Amino acid sequence: MSLTFRLAFRNLFQDRLRFVATVIGIVFSIVLVIIQSGLYLSFERMVTTMIDHAPADLWIVPLGTKCFEDPSLLDEHDREHALSVQGVVEAIPILIGFTQWTVPNGGTTPVFIIGSDGDGAGLHPWNFVEGSLAALSAPHAVAIDRTYFARLGITGIGDTTEIREQKAQVMAITSGIRSFTTTPYVFTSLDPAQIYVGTSKSRVSYFLLHVSKDADLIRIRQQLQARISKIEVLTPDEFRNRSRAFWLFGTGAGAALFVGALLGAIVGTVIVAQTLYSSTRDHLAEFATLRAIGSSNTYIYKVILWQALLSAVIGFTLAAGVAIVIVQLTAETALPIVMTPELTVGLFLLTVVMCIVSAFSAIIQVMRIDPARAFTQ
Amino acid sequence: MTEPVIQAVDIVKVLGKGASQIQALRGVSLTLACGELILLMGPSGSGKTTLLSVLGCMLTPDSGTVRVHGQSTTDARPKDLAKLRRDHIGFVFQSYHLFPTLTALDNVRLALDIRGAPAKSAIAKAQDVLATVGLPHKMNAFPGELSGGEQQRVAIARAIVGGATAILADEPTGALDSENGHAIMTILADIAKDPSRGVLVVTHDPRIVPFADRIIHMEDGRSYAALAS
Ligand SMILES: Nc1ncnc2c1ncn2[C@@H]1O[C@H](COP(=O)(O)OP(=O)(O)O)[C@@H](O)[C@H]1O
Ligand SMILES: [Mg+2]
Repeated sequence: MSLTFRLAFRNLFQDRLRFVATVIGIVFSIVLVIIQSGLYLSFERMVTTMIDHAPADLWIVPLGTKCFEDPSLLDEHDREHALSVQGVVEAIPILIGFTQWTVPNGGTTPVFIIGSDGDGAGLHPWNFVEGSLAALSAPHAVAIDRTYFARLGITGIGDTTEIREQKAQVMAITSGIRSFTTTPYVFTSLDPAQIYVGTSKSRVSYFLLHVSKDADLIRIRQQLQARISKIEVLTPDEFRNRSRAFWLFGTGAGAALFVGALLGAIVGTVIVAQTLYSSTRDHLAEFATLRAIGSSNTYIYKVILWQALLSAVIGFTLAAGVAIVIVQLTAETALPIVMTPELTVGLFLLTVVMCIVSAFSAIIQVMRIDPARAFTQ
Repeated sequence: MTEPVIQAVDIVKVLGKGASQIQALRGVSLTLACGELILLMGPSGSGKTTLLSVLGCMLTPDSGTVRVHGQSTTDARPKDLAKLRRDHIGFVFQSYHLFPTLTALDNVRLALDIRGAPAKSAIAKAQDVLATVGLPHKMNAFPGELSGGEQQRVAIARAIVGGATAILADEPTGALDSENGHAIMTILADIAKDPSRGVLVVTHDPRIVPFADRIIHMEDGRSYAALAS
């Protein structure tokens, strides 16, 4: 073990109370950052869930669409124009929209309808726990997620109810398809969706395009734009980015999470800086001695940086433990906090940077020491 | 004659700022040669510590020159001064200034560690020197577990372990009883017998006089040679 490390370690642990206070400070700050960035990641994932699960090569969306939940509509006849473009193999119409679900034992609750044709090539539910996609082709058949049973007043498969006063029967049940808006998703085919949402037969929300393998996407987009008015053609990535931009930044939700994370990091930095500063002040005589006996500045910085790094590693380890518990506790909620390996590594680096930045105040303090003070004390 | 360890000529040093400014050294010259032990005596406030700081390259003089092994400190940057201290000078302070969280062995080893010595040889050397100052059995004791005399021995071991040729001690026995003070001075006098080393000891203590090869008196920032008894 190097002497600089030993010195740092002992300096840090000599005042236990202060050390505990530092670690608690770091843990609080890092946990705050983890929660904020975990929510951000979670939110970022959830706003694109539907786009992620749609097997589209390209999307035709109404001009100016801001996110997947956007209520603008297209004309179903545009499908013919889309199919007339060379290389477009399939254009599957999808209708989405908010509507009212009649809770069987009284009242109504809002739901979000996703109606898609396409026999597996459209936007269909996934993670079936009962029933299957095939069951959705029956008249009035809908699929819901089991997490929303209580909200929707459903006890199991086969239950019937009404959506906008039209008959609906639960024919499939999924697990884990949750909405960040907390409004339950209800999957069905296109025709019933139009009835449930209350649009006319000729209106749809999107066309989900499949193109042939060797197709030239740029040409296809140009031709689609030329042939159909008031639409945009987006790749799944573009659509995702647009949805994210709208929900995370258009609404201010992302900015709030980001500011929260930033505040957490600042608080952590200040706390560590405070402790390193006061720990250094307590050991000023020793640092003066080091300077007096001729140690280089680098050697002294090493001692202080080891202290910073030790605080970082210990604080981060505990914070990560707390975070794991939080991740587990929120796993079944509408907005589970997400921890990815990248986020973990990123946060560890952030903690280290935080602690190193904190070390500056201590380092500046030590640089000002007059080595001659070793004689006068 | 071999080159002096430290040679100071006409040192002037002003300390403090504004109204409290004081000329602590008013043209002091002093040469510390190899193999000698100089005692620096004088009343409190006469400039002894200031002179030691200048000779030890902790302070640079306002005028006059200090040469350490022929190397001038005039215009030296703090970094160069640190290197001069590291390479040539060993300090012994009145209040020991040991690191309370490190064992005696680590305290001594520290002086080698700042020189970048490999840990293994540093430990072996530190053990040797601790044995030389009479503490072979206290290697793993912390300063808090040692008596004042023992702590000062550790400090002396730290001062000499790196091969310093100038040992500068500021009232090293000031906090010790006469028996321990005598023991410390014996060690310092032994060090001064090494023909490659010179020792300069600041003291108030007349009991130390017999150890000196030379005595220099200070008064109001000026030095006066006095004969050794
Ligand atoms: N940092 C300082 N600022 C101003 N005056 C100082 C400082 N250090 C010492 N002095 C003054 O310089 C003079 C010499 O001090 P010093 O060398 O410590 O004397 P000694 O060690 O002989 O007691 C004293 O008058 C002291 O008050
Ligand atoms: Mg003094």
